[in-house]
Amino acid sequence: MKRRDFLAGAAGALAFPDTALAQVDPLDPLVRELANGAPVRKGKVTLVLPQLADNGNSVPIRITVDSPMTAADHVKSIHLYSERNPVPNMANFYLGPRAGKAEINSRVRLAGSQRVTAVAKLSDGSFWYDAAPIVVTLSACLDES
Amino acid sequence: MAARIQIPRDAKRGEVIEVRILIQHPMETGYRHDDVGHLIKRNVINVLSCRYSGVEVFRADLSSGISANPYVQFYTVAEASGDLEFNWIDDEGQQGSERQFIVVKG
Repeated sequence: MKRRDFLAGAAGALAFPDTALAQVDPLDPLVRELANGAPVRKGKVTLVLPQLADNGNSVPIRITVDSPMTAADHVKSIHLYSERNPVPNMANFYLGPRAGKAEINSRVRLAGSQRVTAVAKLSDGSFWYDAAPIVVTLSACLDES
Repeated sequence: MAARIQIPRDAKRGEVIEVRILIQHPMETGYRHDDVGHLIKRNVINVLSCRYSGVEVFRADLSSGISANPYVQFYTVAEASGDLEFNWIDDEGQQGSERQFIVVKG
């Protein structure tokens, strides 16, 4: 192979995953399955996690979605995904126009340092996400008490 | 299963109120072993729902990824005086329920 061909090929291989990355994070087939082919765009959703958690057994998490929450335009559901937990889909929350405000607070278990993703489905059928990295010093126990 | 609901005692009509619930439950993951090495069966609350005067305003599917003694906070619009009623069920089929009355003025 000529050096020129090789470089062109390498550049192509690098360029394609890049375009894919701009759409959805490398994250999950799960997110793609949820969206069922629709694009999942970054924005509207804000995921707040501490940067560092001493204990993965109980990590406070806040998800807010920028939405007027009216009958015509509201958040239908919010889905939480973990990269490293044995059960990646940590929780699904179903809201409606009667929520008034699209915000959920809860506490999650995290098995190790990872990136957590929140995906919101809006009433117009669009999907939005936000992701946040977190360092977990002591993982939520998986195999011992 | 004890639970504690925290909502404002009263609200104005149309006001967005904060609803908090804390349920006493181990949310056993199913990955832990007991002292003699047997796997402890998974037992988590699967579904938690909230009805406001009989109309569902919030529902959550939970998993082992939610902490023990699950805490959930969300919002709802105060429409009329009535009960906020929570129902949940765990893997063992145990159902729990708790309600709290809210007075809506104006």
